[in-house]
Amino acid sequence: MEDRHILDIQDLHVYFRVYEGVSYVLDGIYLHIARGERVGLVGETGCGKTVTMKTVMGMLKSPPAIIRYDKVSLDGQDILKMSPKELLRVKGTKISMIFQDPMNALNPVFTVGEQLYDVIRFAQKRLDNEKNPSQKEIHDRGIAILKEVRLPDPERIMGNYPLELSGGMRQRVLIAMALVNEPSFLIADEPGTALDVTIQDQILNLLKELVENRGISVLLISHNLGVVRETTERAYIMYAGQIVETAPVDLLFENPVHPYTQGLLASVPSLTGGEIAEGIPGMVPDYTVAPSGCRFHPRCTHSMSICSEKKPSLTMIEPDHYVACYLYTEQKEQNE
Amino acid sequence: MYSILVLVGLSILIFIIARMLPGNPARLALGPFASGEQVEHLSHKMGMDKPLPLQYWTYITGIFHGDFSLSFQTRRNVRLDIAHYLPATLELVIVAILWVLVIGVPLGVLSARYKDSWLDNVMRVIAFIGVAVPPFVVGLIGQFVFSYGLGIFPTTGRLGLLTPKPPSYTGLFLLDSLIAGEFSVFKDALQHIILPSFAVAMTGIGQITRITRGSMIDVLSKDYIEAAEAFGIPNRYTTFKYALKPSFIPPLTILGLTFASQLSNAFLVETVFAWPGMAKYGVRAILRKDFNAVMGVVLIVGLAFVVVNFIVDMLAGYVDPRIRLKEGEG
Amino acid sequence: MEAKQRVLSSVNLELTETWWMAFKDKIGRSWYRFRRNPISLTGASMVLLVILLATLAPYITPYPEAAGGFTDFPNAFQPPGKAHWFGTDAIGRDLFTRVLFGYRISLMLAVVVLSISVPFGVILGLTAGYFGGKIETVIMRITDVFLALPPLVMALAICASFTPTIEVAMLAVASIWWTWHCRLVDSIARSVKTEEFVQASQVIGDNHFRILFKDILPNCASAVIVKITLDAGFVILVGAGLSFLGLGVQPPKPGLGTMISYGSMYLPEKWWMTVFPSFAIFFLILGFNLLGDGLRDMLDVEAGGS
Repeated sequence: MEDRHILDIQDLHVYFRVYEGVSYVLDGIYLHIARGERVGLVGETGCGKTVTMKTVMGMLKSPPAIIRYDKVSLDGQDILKMSPKELLRVKGTKISMIFQDPMNALNPVFTVGEQLYDVIRFAQKRLDNEKNPSQKEIHDRGIAILKEVRLPDPERIMGNYPLELSGGMRQRVLIAMALVNEPSFLIADEPGTALDVTIQDQILNLLKELVENRGISVLLISHNLGVVRETTERAYIMYAGQIVETAPVDLLFENPVHPYTQGLLASVPSLTGGEIAEGIPGMVPDYTVAPSGCRFHPRCTHSMSICSEKKPSLTMIEPDHYVACYLYTEQKEQNE
Repeated sequence: MYSILVLVGLSILIFIIARMLPGNPARLALGPFASGEQVEHLSHKMGMDKPLPLQYWTYITGIFHGDFSLSFQTRRNVRLDIAHYLPATLELVIVAILWVLVIGVPLGVLSARYKDSWLDNVMRVIAFIGVAVPPFVVGLIGQFVFSYGLGIFPTTGRLGLLTPKPPSYTGLFLLDSLIAGEFSVFKDALQHIILPSFAVAMTGIGQITRITRGSMIDVLSKDYIEAAEAFGIPNRYTTFKYALKPSFIPPLTILGLTFASQLSNAFLVETVFAWPGMAKYGVRAILRKDFNAVMGVVLIVGLAFVVVNFIVDMLAGYVDPRIRLKEGEG
Repeated sequence: MEAKQRVLSSVNLELTETWWMAFKDKIGRSWYRFRRNPISLTGASMVLLVILLATLAPYITPYPEAAGGFTDFPNAFQPPGKAHWFGTDAIGRDLFTRVLFGYRISLMLAVVVLSISVPFGVILGLTAGYFGGKIETVIMRITDVFLALPPLVMALAICASFTPTIEVAMLAVASIWWTWHCRLVDSIARSVKTEEFVQASQVIGDNHFRILFKDILPNCASAVIVKITLDAGFVILVGAGLSFLGLGVQPPKPGLGTMISYGSMYLPEKWWMTVFPSFAIFFLILGFNLLGDGLRDMLDVEAGGS
């Protein structure tokens, strides 16, 4: 039962001790990803996607972060209880990450080759304690992965500094670095957002292909619904540190039930013309004084008194489609 | 390069101050008992009665022939004096800079990595003290504690009275004795240089620690360090390799300034330790108003800066490809 | 015509008022941060302590005559004790008194040097930075010449031509010091000059002096203030160095550097003659450094040199 999911998060709460008090960012996150599945995590800026991602990668520094959870397991193992050594072994080899902004994620004073070598070299050291790969092996693997991400003239690129490459090329290098050690799970943080739309498209297609070929499970984090629809199979909608809805992508787009999801979809302008897109009034809350109960209730047009009292839990409204909203629990109760 | 112009400007400035001011150098050289005639004679010989710009011109052209004029004290060409005393100061300053790099940089790095811990606070205090204590005080306290008190290090000089000087390949006793294989001499020279070089280095250590710390803190918060960690590169490497290199530029630019303070400190420390270097020679020249010697020292010091700053600029371009590549474009 | 004048003057008045209010607000917030920063507080208290001691020196020292050419040979070389807290020197003068009076000299040195060099340097820097072009080049080149040597060495070279007294030393240091402020203000002025509010003033028709004073100068203020505090420490350090070498404060005046120089001859037996003045000067310089650093954090100044 456990091994079915490569990532399983249950009831995750994350607080930060800050100057103004306590910032209660994640309020009970539920998320799971099956092996080989591509899952999206959608939400606006500031909703806690990055914090979730960092928690999973074990990158949260423990003061000032306080973490409480039922379960946060990667491939059956509790990530947050791992020792630094164990964590190091896992990073890059089991779980890997693609960063948002290729400009800043590559070290400007070292060549691509140097950085790529190190990523390969350290993984090897950790995995096979006896076999230290030779320089030639490392080099060959580097060239191979650069070819896979469709970079022309990999030999020359190895010797280049990040400054000398275009944004798209840098993103490909980052993908290469993430995939070279053959992880089973990949987190992609807003891939291609920093690039031109056409390049972003190429990159996403490349990513999709590479991931499918290798059977890697993916958590794709984005604020862009279109991207999520194109690249993932199932998605979670997140608002202010709470999961509000989750379903397979097509289902989600055809039948969004949570008011926030509906608002999100309505705010995407349609290329075919028609009505002007509406935004959702209000702003993401201040986490030091977060709204009680369902955190969306201040901005929700359908809010009821119970919404501010208690946080709704995820209930199923059709197979594989869950929503956290009292509108539907009541209905369900009514139907029963 | 216009730094040559700066040097020229400097020489003019000092020359004017030296020559135009009250006090007749000739009289000073001859002493209060010389007769008016003798003073006049020497004045004429020194060219004092010629117009000022001409004097300057004579002096400068003389320099290019290696003639720095005569020192009033030693009665020989200042060039010889400088050549004689310069190596000692060079050795002192070089060892001091080694101290600065070896102590200052790691201190700054560790301080940044363990920011706000007790270690960081201790190191910051050390850095502050380093900058605030006058070098001659460091020297004196050092003498007090280590020489008189614990007897570990000798008080003055470059070598013990009985130790023979090593053959002069470079003039730097440490190197020369190693080259010649005279290890006992090396040990003696080392013992003599430790205290004074440390006194010279204190200010620099303080400066470098602070700036390395600042620069490193900046770099450690950058995304590419987080990325490296996410790819599984261990901490030791992210700190000492990936974070250190980018943080090197501010300390490097400071290195030029640090060299300035080291040389400056040498003037004070050489006096405390009776170190027979150019700085001590310069101080004596100043006290005895030996203008030619003063000019010589000033010019050499100025030249040293031009050279050092040039080297620092080159190094900066080498370490940080961003600078190198930008210059290629522009 | 009159209407235009009225509009201009009312706009000017508003701008000035807003400027003043912004300034007060900044001061208020800065003071709040200052109070919470241990570094600046420590530095400030150290400096204030010294200033207090120095000002009251003639009244609180037990042997005020020791500050001058007083001799008391039977009492010479006393180690620290009840009668003489810091001991006595080679001719019997109380060292505690001399140290306190020495503080007066050090502080005076800092005040004189900075009050000459800072205004001069700031004005030149503003001129250079704002007007740019040839004027700037000329001023900056001259600055470079003065900066070609470290301050101590330059001061030494200049002192070489005169009789060594404290006044000469002060003038020598001042004649170099203006360059640092000139450079600092020039770089700030250059960047501020391109900001919109300066251009706005130009469009309104303010003359150059008003712009310099109203728009550009306030932006330099924080950096200059921080620099002055740090400078105070450094100037005192250079002064002590000069005195130590014999070119600054001359005996019988109680300059701290001079005292250390004479005291060092009697190491290690009569250690107090060196240790107390050394610690005294270290304390003062450290105080200014801490204060300057704290001010820098507090005023949020970007490092513009030094």
